[in-house]
Formats: sequence, C-alpha cells, structure tokens
Amino acid sequence: MIQRPPPEAAPTPPRTAPSHSGRLSAFLHETALIAPAAILLLVFLILPFFMAGYLSFTNERLVPRPIPTRFVGFDNYTRVLGDPDFWQAFRNTFYFALLVVPLQLSMSLGSAMLLNGRLRFRSFFRSVALLPLVTPITVIIVIWAAMFQIPDGLLNNLIRLFGYQGGYVNWLGDARWAMPSIVLLSAWATFPFQMLIYLAGLQGIPIERYEAARIDGANTWAQFRYITLTGLRNVHVFVIITTTIQAFKLFVQVDLLTRGGPLGSTNTLVRYMVQEGYSAQRIGYASAIAIIFFLLVATFALLQRALIPND
Amino acid sequence: MTSRAARYVPTVLAIVMAIVVLVPLSMMFTVSLNPDEAQIQITLGTVRAFIPHVVSLENYQQVLADPHQPFLRYLLNTVIVVVGIVGIGLIVNASAAFALAWGQGAYRKLFIGVVIAVYVIPGESLVLPLLLMMSRVGWIDSYQVQIVPFIANSFAIFLFYQFFTAMPRELMEAAKIDGAGLLQIFFRIALPLSMPVVSTLAILGFLDAWNSYLWPLMVTRGPEYRPLSVAMATYFTSQQAFWGNVMAFAVLMTLPVLVVYLIFQRWFVASVMSSGVKG
Repeated sequence: MIQRPPPEAAPTPPRTAPSHSGRLSAFLHETALIAPAAILLLVFLILPFFMAGYLSFTNERLVPRPIPTRFVGFDNYTRVLGDPDFWQAFRNTFYFALLVVPLQLSMSLGSAMLLNGRLRFRSFFRSVALLPLVTPITVIIVIWAAMFQIPDGLLNNLIRLFGYQGGYVNWLGDARWAMPSIVLLSAWATFPFQMLIYLAGLQGIPIERYEAARIDGANTWAQFRYITLTGLRNVHVFVIITTTIQAFKLFVQVDLLTRGGPLGSTNTLVRYMVQEGYSAQRIGYASAIAIIFFLLVATFALLQRALIPND
Repeated sequence: MTSRAARYVPTVLAIVMAIVVLVPLSMMFTVSLNPDEAQIQITLGTVRAFIPHVVSLENYQQVLADPHQPFLRYLLNTVIVVVGIVGIGLIVNASAAFALAWGQGAYRKLFIGVVIAVYVIPGESLVLPLLLMMSRVGWIDSYQVQIVPFIANSFAIFLFYQFFTAMPRELMEAAKIDGAGLLQIFFRIALPLSMPVVSTLAILGFLDAWNSYLWPLMVTRGPEYRPLSVAMATYFTSQQAFWGNVMAFAVLMTLPVLVVYLIFQRWFVASVMSSGVKG
C-alpha cells in the first residue's frame, strides 16, 4: 500500500518522462472510463437504431413463427404511404402540435413575464406555477378525466357559467372535441418547463434596455415587441422547436383517455406505431412508421441547430 | 386606466394563474379525502369538489390494502428503477465524459460527434427493436430491462463533457505530477467538482424515470416489476367509478415527488433552466 506523504513533507519530484508502463496504465485508465458508456450506447442506442432501419425492410414479427422472416424491399414504406390510418395519425399529430404549441407558449411566456416583473409573493407564485411539472403525467391525466366528466363535470359547469347554451360538451367522446381537450390537458401539464426556460431568457435581457426605451418614450407594448421578443429570439427558436418535437411524441394522454378514438380522431403517430408493432405484432411494418417518425423529429432538431448560432 | 389600478394587474393575473394550477390539484386532494363515492359523483363538478369538507383516510386505507394492486410494491419498483438509472447513469456518463475531455485517444473527436448526432434520435423510434432484443434475451418482466437500456445517455455525457473541458489544465497537471492516474483524478477531483451537473441530471432523470410509461407498459406483465406510472393507469381503468380511491392512489404517487421538489426546489429550478440554455 502506498503511504500518502505527511502534509509538511516536500512534494514528490515530478517524473521525468512517462515510462512505458505509465503509458500502458494511462491507456487502461482511459479504457475503463470510456468503455461502459461506449458499450451501452452501442448496444442500446446505435444497434436498435440500425435494427429499426433494417427491420423496416422485412416482414419481421414480434413472436417468432415457423415461416422465416423475409426481406421485402420497400413494401412496408409503400404500404404505409397508402394507409389511411397512418395518414389520419399523421394529420392528428400535426393538428395537436399546431394547437398545443401556441397555447403552451403563450401560457409559459405570459407567466414567465409575470414572475420576472414586479410582483408580490413572487416566490410563492413561482412555486405554485411549477407544481404541474412535478405531478406525474398519469396523475394529471386522471385528474383531468374527472374534470372532463359529462354532463356535470367541472369544465361543463364552467362553460355553462360563462353562458354556454348547448347543454354540455362531450369532451373526450366527441370526435370534434377530443383532440382540443387533450390539448388543454397537455398545455397545463408541461407549460412550467417552457416557463422556466423563458424566465432564464428574460433574466438575460439587461434592465438598462427597458430604462432607455422608457426614456425614449416607448410604451409597454413597444417595449414588449422590440425588447422582450427581440431579446428572446434564440430562446423562442429553442422553445418552439423542442415543444413541437415534444408534441409529436404525444402518446400517454391519448392512450389512457381515448384509446385513439373516437373514430381515430386522437390516434397519433407514436400510438399507431405501438398499435401496429406491439399490439398487432407487425414489427416490420411498425418499423417503417418508426423510421418516418425519426425523420420527422430529426428534421426539426436539425432545423434548431441551423437556426441557433453556436456560441 | 389609472396607474394605481394598473399596479394591481400583475397580481390579479398571477392569482388567475395560481387558480388554474391549483384547482385541479386541490380537486385531487379533496376527492381523495371523501369516503362517500355517491356524494363524490354528485359534487364532482361543483365547488365542493375542490374545497375539502370531509377528512377521512378511508380511501387511502383501501388503496394500501388492495391485494390486487399492491401500491407499496409498485412504489418499491419505481424507486429501484429510478435509483438504478440515475445512480449508475451518473457514474457511467460522467466517467465517459471525463475520458473524452482529458484522455489521449484519437477516437475522442468521433465519439463526441456520435454523442451529439444520436441526441436527435427519439426514444420512441427505438422501442420496437429494443423490445425485440429484450424478448429474445429473456429480459421481459424484470428490473434490468427497465434500467440497463437507459443508463448511458447522450445528453448527460454532453453536459458533463462541457463541464469537464472547462476545468483548468493546471489542476490536471498538478494531479498528474502527484502521480494520480486518470481514474484517481476522475473520482477524487473531477466528480466531486461536478456536483452542479450531477444535481441537474439527477433531478431531470428522476422526473423522467418517474413519468416513463410506454416502455414499462410494454416490458412488464404484472405487479412484480411494474412501476407506479403504469399501475396508476391500470388502477384508473379498472376503478373508473371509484374516484375516491383513484384520487387517493394519485395523491400517494405524487407525494414522493412533491416532497423531493419542496426540499430541492432551488436546485430544481436551476437544473431545468440550465437544461434549456444548453440543450
């Protein structure tokens, strides 16, 4: 065992040149540090990724069957592109993103500006605003299921209070309303995340800019338009794209509340992929959907890298 | 509008925001405390559904005593999976990032490139091949199937890498002169210094793992290994008419996260903020 020198002793003299055995041990150390992550990334990320690509050209099934798996070329892709259920899921996914992103962003920017401005009990309000972020998503779904009750749930009573005359809205059971209902729930569930990112962005805008603008006679709207929004440009790009990608991944809300219905109106790309690959066990066909989904997400992710200059 | 009135606008808006957030949550608590299911059904859409007027723990007792849906077992499963992913993941990802930042190998540039590239792959498009792999090696319905695939994490490696490359070169040289190898420097100097990154990733990883749903849904078969998230969904589907019990289950599932949040709130906020800026 090597004894540590007592504190008052002179430090050991520096070694002259790294010996051969020193270089070997340096190599072993480096390998020990990098190998676990390298192996795990290879086996659980890179391998499945290439498998998804490969499987999408086969008729592989989840449970092995007597007939061997065959290579089918682009069959899965041509079938997916002619599959009305796929296109419905595709449209639904975009419809969801189109509704949820603006709603969620205005909620998060609005509350971030409130919390960044002069406000009493600011830390109390901030703690409250963050609560949805720490509530598990399945719990949030259950709570909203109770609020969506018909005919006398909280939301129905609320719209009647504000003068709705048509009896009640069948939130999750009506093909027109099911997706907008999922949008409300989802925006509530995750807006605090974007709020914190906006808050970090707002704190990066120097206060002097607002003071200078006020001296120049800019009103509140002009200050918001020309200082806040302009100063947040990179944050906007980041938040819009990450929220959109998040929206594309919609699954648990619709899987639990509507099972993709009514009439497939809330089926999404991820849910359709799981339905085909897991429930129907058509791994090959579902892998083609997975690859299309990957291309969609990767396009948006690369767009973000192109739009935000690297610092 | 006078400026005196304008001064109250932010407060009013903040109160509206607080109500929007608190009403659904207080509804969960209120309903969970009410043992009378018939009364819950009648009052679910009214003010009485979110202002407690009876306090009874009967629903909680029923949830905890249900032999078919063993809540404590689900909780244990979730804790094992979360601790496994976050704990092992921190060491594995930090050590890899450290080698990438201060090692000698020529592979490092390529490795970092791969880490950044794979970050755009959504986990959802990997679940099917992973499921196929796991079922062929017989890992279905186990703890390892929920932990091992998620230990290495490109985002974590990247965050640690940024931190370690910013460490002063003199510190490294001094440690090397004292005869420490890369492994010792990592465990004695680099890892303890990287606590801000560790706390960020621990908090984000904890939330992620607590919420994960799709993967455990596919790879667990029953209560033995099933985590809380999937159990909550099953419980909700099987007990639809019993809001009191469902909400008690929901409260019990939320409490651990809430406690962690209240204790670590400051780090929590900082970690989410930094995840956005760096992402």
